[in-house]
Amino acid sequence: MNNNNTVKEIDSNSGMNHSARMRSLLNIFLKEVGIGIVLIVLVIAFSLGAPRFFTLINVGNIFTQISINTVIAVGMTFVILLGGIDLSVGSVLALCSIVAGKILINPSLPFGLAILLAVLLSVGCGMIIGFLNGIICETWKIHSFIVTLGMLNIARGMALQISHSKTIFNFPKVFNQIGTTTYLGVFPAIFIIAMMLVILGSVILRKTVFGRMIFAIGNNEESVRLSGHNVKFYKIMAYTICGGAVGIATIMYMMRMSIASPILGVGFELNAIAAVVIGGTSMSGGKGSLVGTFLGASIMGVLNNGLLLIGMGDFARQIITGVIIILAVVLDTYRTKFSAALNS
Amino acid sequence: MASIGNIIEFNNITLSFPGVKALDNVNLSVREGEIHILLGENGAGKSTLVKTLCGVHSPSSGDMVFAGKPYSPQNPLAAINQGIRVVYQEFNLLPYLSIAENIFFERLPKKGVLVDFNRLYKDAAVILKKVGLENLSPKTAVENLGVAQMQLIEIAKALSGESRILILDEPTATLMPDEIENLFGLLRKLKADGVTIIYISHRLNEIFQIGDRVTVLRNGCLVGTHEASELDIPSIVKMMVGRSMDSEYPFDESVIPSDTLLDVKNLVFKGSPYPKSFQLRKGEILGVAGLVGSGRTETMRALFGADPKESGEIFLKGKQLIIKSPKDAVENGLCLLTEDRKTQGLILDMSCLVNTTITDLEKVSRKGFLNRSQEEEITEKYIDEMNIKTPGLNQATLNLSGGNQQKILISKWLYRDSDVFIFDEPTRGIDVGAKYEIYLLLWKLAAMGRGIIMVSSDLPELMGVCHRILVFSDGKITGEVNRDQFDPETILNLSYKEYLNE
Repeated sequence: MNNNNTVKEIDSNSGMNHSARMRSLLNIFLKEVGIGIVLIVLVIAFSLGAPRFFTLINVGNIFTQISINTVIAVGMTFVILLGGIDLSVGSVLALCSIVAGKILINPSLPFGLAILLAVLLSVGCGMIIGFLNGIICETWKIHSFIVTLGMLNIARGMALQISHSKTIFNFPKVFNQIGTTTYLGVFPAIFIIAMMLVILGSVILRKTVFGRMIFAIGNNEESVRLSGHNVKFYKIMAYTICGGAVGIATIMYMMRMSIASPILGVGFELNAIAAVVIGGTSMSGGKGSLVGTFLGASIMGVLNNGLLLIGMGDFARQIITGVIIILAVVLDTYRTKFSAALNS
Repeated sequence: MASIGNIIEFNNITLSFPGVKALDNVNLSVREGEIHILLGENGAGKSTLVKTLCGVHSPSSGDMVFAGKPYSPQNPLAAINQGIRVVYQEFNLLPYLSIAENIFFERLPKKGVLVDFNRLYKDAAVILKKVGLENLSPKTAVENLGVAQMQLIEIAKALSGESRILILDEPTATLMPDEIENLFGLLRKLKADGVTIIYISHRLNEIFQIGDRVTVLRNGCLVGTHEASELDIPSIVKMMVGRSMDSEYPFDESVIPSDTLLDVKNLVFKGSPYPKSFQLRKGEILGVAGLVGSGRTETMRALFGADPKESGEIFLKGKQLIIKSPKDAVENGLCLLTEDRKTQGLILDMSCLVNTTITDLEKVSRKGFLNRSQEEEITEKYIDEMNIKTPGLNQATLNLSGGNQQKILISKWLYRDSDVFIFDEPTRGIDVGAKYEIYLLLWKLAAMGRGIIMVSSDLPELMGVCHRILVFSDGKITGEVNRDQFDPETILNLSYKEYLNE
């Protein structure tokens, strides 16, 4: 009787191991590569449709165009992985730009020091606002949608107030040179910064205790709390990281565009959320990856650029981008169902 | 088959959930127009039986006969259409809508596309009179009502259609004595009108006040159906506990509790004004008995810092602990295995590995970076030691059986290694084999000098495994029984003590 059982178990186990391996391969394929395939299809389609699409200059352009959104979306991924959302990122970018801009044009500061201070203040300002978002959400248990919606207005108002609604420009030349530098003819400096942040973020999410906690809390906050962890701390940290990412994105934006303005970043939060969601991160938290987020931002950038090159007007482009966002999420529900069926 | 006078017959009903038989070959008939009382310990199968009757569960085998015809409801609506209505313990009312709208929510009278409010209020007034609430306006919003009134509204809702069987699940749990009297009056009136009533209760004295017949369930099996007049409380208790207790439960005579480990003094928390004090010794397995809602789980949660405390002191090995959150508790050597492993225990979508090491990530990381191979080694060790059946350590815990899920939960606390292990219903819903393994594990921990608290609704289990049993009743600790005085009647009487006084 007992012997029989063991034999059966071994059999089913070895069978499982084989098909389990197949399954996990298929899962990875569906998870990461699935969205990558969409990107590749788009690239091929546009290359065929518009001769100028797949040229060094244009690819470089796309890299530039997606860098800012990628960095903001990296921060946003941390928040969304916890089941939250940050609507304030666009306004915070404007506020950070004013703070950094004021320092950059301060004549009494040497260039080097001014740039260093601008970076520190921009990142610091973003982190403080993120921290506030987090602490308000957690202290009063208010949904982040509301808190960051409020913060969206507060940050925008502050940016307008501090700048007296004036644009700031004439930054030090060195500063803007970084923004326009391109390596190997195709990799803009700001894209390289964005890539580094994607990799850094991925390492944090995949390899560290902090990242483990983000996924665990996003899946089941109560279990994690009852396992003896300070859940609030991790949640507040995620918002702070998101704010910090916005601070970095602000500097990249200013390097590239050579301006700081209180009206920058309108709608940036929606692009960032779209990138995260297209990248397969679940709005309810606990599932997702930064590689996905980067691919999501790339799809948005490629679409925008490619549609323009094949002669699509502004309005049509907006419609198509909207359709793609919804389609990506619809496809994701099928993927989830499929992998659930695979695993049961 | 159907004999005259029976409105509903359950024939050989069996219902299995993964890993557990919730109902085992139950045969029961309820006579038309009687008040039939269902009794049993928590988890005996009362609710499952009722849910089978009202179309929530479909039996794995067996059949039902309703009013002489075969009956197999596919969903709750089918049962409602036959006139089978349930009033659950948790109210199902819409607080901001009026009484009238709540009563007729499923079929509001219409005039064209609009709701015919005149008729709605008139019809509602008729039904309100039926349940003795004629002095309330049907336009009152439900949120303004008291608990007893809400209950009557639930019953009114059930009576709004043609109702042939009315099922009440612990209707008196939250009522005051005069409200209970009032409810009983209504039930007698309904009975006189020919409505059959199935009544689930934990309060044994109620049986004699309103019951015609009594059915006792135990572990999903029917123990017996008797005329209420033929029974007394001791005989009912005997039927509820009944089963023999011997080799099913391991007891290690060689493990003798030593010094006091945990000393809880006058613990008071929200919703429970009675101060609770108890002690736990090293190497002791302390059982906690009582009905669901008697404050067992709530006390353990407050002790662990999962819910806020109002006052009270906790000493561990003579040192006072300040526990404001589970984090404080865990860092001071306490751990709690929650009753609900799916929502409060496991991170279901994540792997066995993640769920095992979650209680102490510092041990498997250096400077914040996780050491994956060390984590794998540890998880592998527990999968092996605890005999956990899983295709691999990366398997999501969602896909494991109940017993294996529970073992993963235990693993995570073994890995953390605490001084005090609090297990809340560690064996609920898992099969006999896994239960036995868990008992052995409790003994292993006790032999290592840990203190163990086991909350359980399974009295034979507590009596089989524990050194001492603490009994909760209606928010109070009503007794403490040592092993040499273990006796199901004593313990059950203590569990019901505070409820009987009312």
